[in-house]
This record gives sequence, structure tokens and C-alpha cells, in this order.
Amino acid sequence: MEATQTLDAKGLNCPLPILKAKKSLKGMNSGEVLEILSTDPGSVADFDAFCKTTGNELLSSDTSGDVFTYYIKKS
Amino acid sequence: MSEAQSMSIIVTKGSLDWAYPPFILSTTAAAMGLDVTMFFTFYGLPLLKKELDLKLTPLGNPAMEMPMAGMHMAMPNLLAALPGATAGATTMMKNMMAKKGVASIEELREMAVESDVQMIACQMTLDLFEYSKEDMIDGIELGGAATYIQRATECDINLFI
Repeated sequence: MEATQTLDAKGLNCPLPILKAKKSLKGMNSGEVLEILSTDPGSVADFDAFCKTTGNELLSSDTSGDVFTYYIKKS
Repeated sequence: MSEAQSMSIIVTKGSLDWAYPPFILSTTAAAMGLDVTMFFTFYGLPLLKKELDLKLTPLGNPAMEMPMAGMHMAMPNLLAALPGATAGATTMMKNMMAKKGVASIEELREMAVESDVQMIACQMTLDLFEYSKEDMIDGIELGGAATYIQRATECDINLFI
């Protein structure tokens, strides 16, 4: 998947991946895609919830490896 | 999308451990697009001081089990009351937090300010503990119970921590 920007949030714990993702999205245009790398197991449920509330679209979340990868399309 | 648009938190505790829930929730709610108000009263008020030096104590807290040598250990009250126990437990917790990638309170507070979380210092507590507005970070407001209640009536979510 083509991402406009990548956020490396590896090693960060709740709520930092969400806060940093929000910061990145703030500087992006509508329709652009943010890729997020995270090692926080809590981020799986949290990015889902974050997108449900904010209206940004969670295009995919890959939680198969040690590093979770999320793609979020800015609304 | 959710209907909730605003949240308030009454912050009443200022030890290192208790400082986390209000700042984690306020920064996250702001990141999720909510208008957030924090009302700092009693022991929560010092969390607005320019320089923070937060501590925690295992005294009277049997639930504070620290991971140690593969086990979890709670400190007996008799030991937790000894001089140096608070400093020791605080250092241990701060080291553990840094290792696990948990943000510092200073960092979270800075993010709260950046994301326009409204912070109200309780005027009565300020008077009671003889603080002045100059002791506190910039950008805060002063107010009392009525100020908070008025704000709370406009909020979808109101928390007391």
C-alpha cells in the first residue's frame, strides 16, 4: 500500500502512538495515507477506536508480526 | 462517528502514579477531536506547577506490586514508612516507565497544552495552599466550583479522578 507518510512509533506505550499519529495526521491533507509502525499490543484496539471516533479510515492493520502496521486514510 | 464532543476531568490527586490517568485521558480525548477541560483541585493542583517533581509512595498501597526478579513484590508498610522509601520507589517507577516507553507527565502535560486542553486551577485550593498563579504554567485559568459545574453541564463526559 502507498503511504504518504510513515510514523515510527515502535517502543512507545499508550497513549503515545495515538498522540503521535494525531500529530502526523494534522499535517496531512484529506485522502492522504499515514503508515504507523507500533510495538504496543494495546494499539490494535486503540487505533480501531481512534478511527471510529475521528472518522479517519483504518484501511488495514497488520498485527501478524512483532511490529504492528496500520494504514490510516485521513478524512 | 461518536456523538460525544466534549469531556471534563476533575483532577484531585498529584502523586506520580495518579497524575497519569487524567493526562493520558485528556491528551487522548483531545487527539480524538473532543474539547477537553481539566479542573485541578486539592492535591491535583500542584500538577500545574511550572517545575514538577512528582513522587509516589508504596505506603498504604498493597496493590502496588513492582516486578522484581521475575516476581511481583509489594512493600510492607513498615518498610515503606522508612526515610528514602518514597525516593527509592519513585526512582524505580520512573526507570521502569522510561524502559517501557511510557511518556513522562511533563511530556503529556506539554501535549495537553499544545492540543488546547483547557486547564482550570481551583482558586480556593490556590489560596488554601498559598500558591500564586505565577507558580503555575502559562495559559491556565482560575475558577471555582461554579465555573466547573457550568463547564460540566456542557460536556458529554465528566470524570472525577
